[in-house]
Amino acid sequence: MTDFGSMLFVFVLATFIGLGVIRRVSRLLYTPLMSLTNAISAIAVVGSIVVTGADHPLTIRILGAVALFASMTNIVSGFMITDRMLKMFKKQ
Amino acid sequence: MHLVSELSAVLATSLFIFALNWMNDPKTARRGVIAGVVGMSIAVIATWLQPGIIHHAWIFAAIVLGFAVGVPLSRVPLTAVPQRTALSHAFGGLAAGLVGTAEFFLWINEPGGGHITPFRMSALVLEVILGFLTFTGSLMAAGKLQEVRWIPQRPVTYAGQNVVNMGVLVLAFALGAALVVNPYAPWGAQAFIAIAALATLFGILLIIPIGGADMPTVISILNAYAGLAAVAMGFVLDSKLLVTAGALDGSSGLILSIIMCRAMNRSFTNVLFGAFGKAQPAIAAGEQKPWKQETVEGAAQMLEQARNVVIIPGYGMAVAQAQHKVRELYDALTKRGVTVKFAIHPVAGRMPGHMNVLLAEANIPYSALVEMDEINPEMPQTDVALVLGANDVVNPSARYAKSTPIYGMPIIDADKAKTVLAVKRSKNPGFAGIDNELYTLDNTWMLFGDAKAVLADLVKQFGSGGIH
Repeated sequence: MTDFGSMLFVFVLATFIGLGVIRRVSRLLYTPLMSLTNAISAIAVVGSIVVTGADHPLTIRILGAVALFASMTNIVSGFMITDRMLKMFKKQ
Repeated sequence: MHLVSELSAVLATSLFIFALNWMNDPKTARRGVIAGVVGMSIAVIATWLQPGIIHHAWIFAAIVLGFAVGVPLSRVPLTAVPQRTALSHAFGGLAAGLVGTAEFFLWINEPGGGHITPFRMSALVLEVILGFLTFTGSLMAAGKLQEVRWIPQRPVTYAGQNVVNMGVLVLAFALGAALVVNPYAPWGAQAFIAIAALATLFGILLIIPIGGADMPTVISILNAYAGLAAVAMGFVLDSKLLVTAGALDGSSGLILSIIMCRAMNRSFTNVLFGAFGKAQPAIAAGEQKPWKQETVEGAAQMLEQARNVVIIPGYGMAVAQAQHKVRELYDALTKRGVTVKFAIHPVAGRMPGHMNVLLAEANIPYSALVEMDEINPEMPQTDVALVLGANDVVNPSARYAKSTPIYGMPIIDADKAKTVLAVKRSKNPGFAGIDNELYTLDNTWMLFGDAKAVLADLVKQFGSGGIH
């Protein structure tokens, strides 16, 4: 059973860490920041893998496979375009 | 096995936090991407190796397809980055919505039942509402940014719009509340599908009244929603990894939204329900001072005689793809000993940081890119301010004209420079439909034309045939 309390605890602490870390991100890098956090939140891929790969009815697995495809697209394009943009930032 | 998956989740979470931490400096930022990729790979492999996973071909096929679409999407021109970002929020929302739907139907059909606690059902409802509204809302935003023909660019408003929108959302939440109370009701499946459909509709309705100038804020808000959808999925699936990663994404979206709102002096609710560009106040009715037009030759002379020049880029530079010509002008001027800086307004362009990325693409060093708050004290000592496709962010009436939608918005003080050169595509008012009195000031000279063409002509003046 879901332990409601500890999940909420994790959520609140993670949000505070997020706010603290993001506040210090260089203002030059807001566009790559958005594509990077996008790729990271595509961690939804783990949920999709379970739904797609477990012994579930066919329709459920189809829903999972579409979600897996969408998350994977975000992971690949998110990390790649972030790196592509970051490569362009040069001091001199 | 449980221990392995717990440990890999902790490791992945730590790597994600490091990834974001390294974004605080362009020098370390690329390390962040590597940390992110490693964290993600660990999480994917640990999940795939779980004993309950048996349909490996399905997973493999979906991952290959994800690469097939993801790689080309990462190679779009940088002017199309706002659309790509909106599209990826849409994909994130879709994934959350679909996984939520799949879990709901798995659990209500489970023999014996009892899997759906009120808490889990609430998280499911939130996941599906946030997921599907982010999906269609972001698709609409991406369509507007891409200027797809059948999506109106201008804000579309009608009487009672906010009532209709709110009604749709309230209905979705009411059905959700009914499901929380009674998840195994005979009408449960229909109610769930109705919630998903209402959220899908709400996403479309939410973006219809929003115009291009509001896109930086809207993209940031959709970013926060996509993160929160992932958090809700984490609650549903009992995954601390998902909750943490979603919270990081959500807080990033939240901070960017706040920064964007502040940079426009508007509130969240005002952006989402206020329809920018709807109000067309009659301030244009007053006396219309004439512009003074300058020739390219004259403008080149002003620039070359200046000691310092501040270039203020806006969306017009992105539309005209003029960033490489900007670089040529930057080179020509710095070679002649002119100090050139770029003044970046937080909401210039169509997403947070848009101008910085375009200028970095053109190889302009980031030490020359200066934020609004830092450049404004220097503006009175600036010889020439070159306004390049920016409009509302340099409009002095934001300081005092209470009747305009941009009233109170912090601006770059271009008007305080000794001379202002403004490049503008046409003689029409800007996106917000407001006259910009900067263009008619005594020290302002206009250059009409496409930003890229004007810059090319300017650069030519500094070539062999022109000024020496």
